[in-house]
Amino acid sequence: MTDNPLLERAARFVSALRHCQVLGIEVHDASADGMTLLLPYSPQIVGDPQTGIIHGGALTSLMDTACGMATLCVLPEFEVCPTLDLRIDYMHPAEPHKPVFGFAQCYRVTTDVIFTRGFAYQDDPEQPIAHVVGTFMRMGKRLKGTRGFGSSIKGEQA
Amino acid sequence: MTHQFKTRMEQAHQRGDYKALLDLIPYARLIGIECTRLGDELLFRMPANKDNIGNPILPAIHGGVIAGFMELSAAFHLWVATEAPGVERSLPKIVDFSLDYLRAGQFRDTYATCQVWRQGRRVANVAITAWQSTPAEPIATARAHFKIQEQGHP
Repeated sequence: MTDNPLLERAARFVSALRHCQVLGIEVHDASADGMTLLLPYSPQIVGDPQTGIIHGGALTSLMDTACGMATLCVLPEFEVCPTLDLRIDYMHPAEPHKPVFGFAQCYRVTTDVIFTRGFAYQDDPEQPIAHVVGTFMRMGKRLKGTRGFGSSIKGEQA
Repeated sequence: MTHQFKTRMEQAHQRGDYKALLDLIPYARLIGIECTRLGDELLFRMPANKDNIGNPILPAIHGGVIAGFMELSAAFHLWVATEAPGVERSLPKIVDFSLDYLRAGQFRDTYATCQVWRQGRRVANVAITAWQSTPAEPIATARAHFKIQEQGHP
């Protein structure tokens, strides 16, 4: 493993999300600045079989997960943070047969709500394929089941 | 796909069952979208599926899957609603998508209906409501803008 505990926590977190496993989403990078996930290209997420372009839904799953997981970068303890709202602006279609990276960061953290933003890109982060903003609710760390899940993504034995 | 699509679209309209059309879209098969016609309305359904779970604690459907279900429902609704005989089309292209999550999506069947609020010449505005127990208690509402191919300009 690496010497980046945040990256390790993020990797364990994403491995616990069944749908992310189905899509093959991996953690690419995690730091205090934000979270970058990787969505590999696969035929099962294609929206237009004529062009092989992936469906926006797979991109939304990537970006919802990236924004939600960006909260790991700013919260001292794990908290469940359900999505309140999400908006995606599609700049241009993703190129087939190439992975998509999803970067997200938290730009404001309050006691109840976390504001996030990010973008999806392929070769060049300066040429995003989509921009996203999302708002997340802080449920606190005492919600049922949260502590156990928080410990397990930290790598502690249950 | 276009020829296949036209034949399947005609059959789908007659039977009120759009499975053969949705089967042409790999992502629709992945998350498991179904569509039936009730009178003049289209009802979309996404059956409970373990592969769609995001939150392992509750468990709850991944927010991205709910979004994908709603986005694809909206595109498909618009596709079916604007289909003119003899016109070759592909799924309308998404411009932007905004959704509000109102309740956790439980591990059960999810439904969606769409409403085209405005269809211009180049862009359409579609509202989507997703629910599980009753339409009066939606789990999410969304709206999307799509680019439409102009007729007569292939």
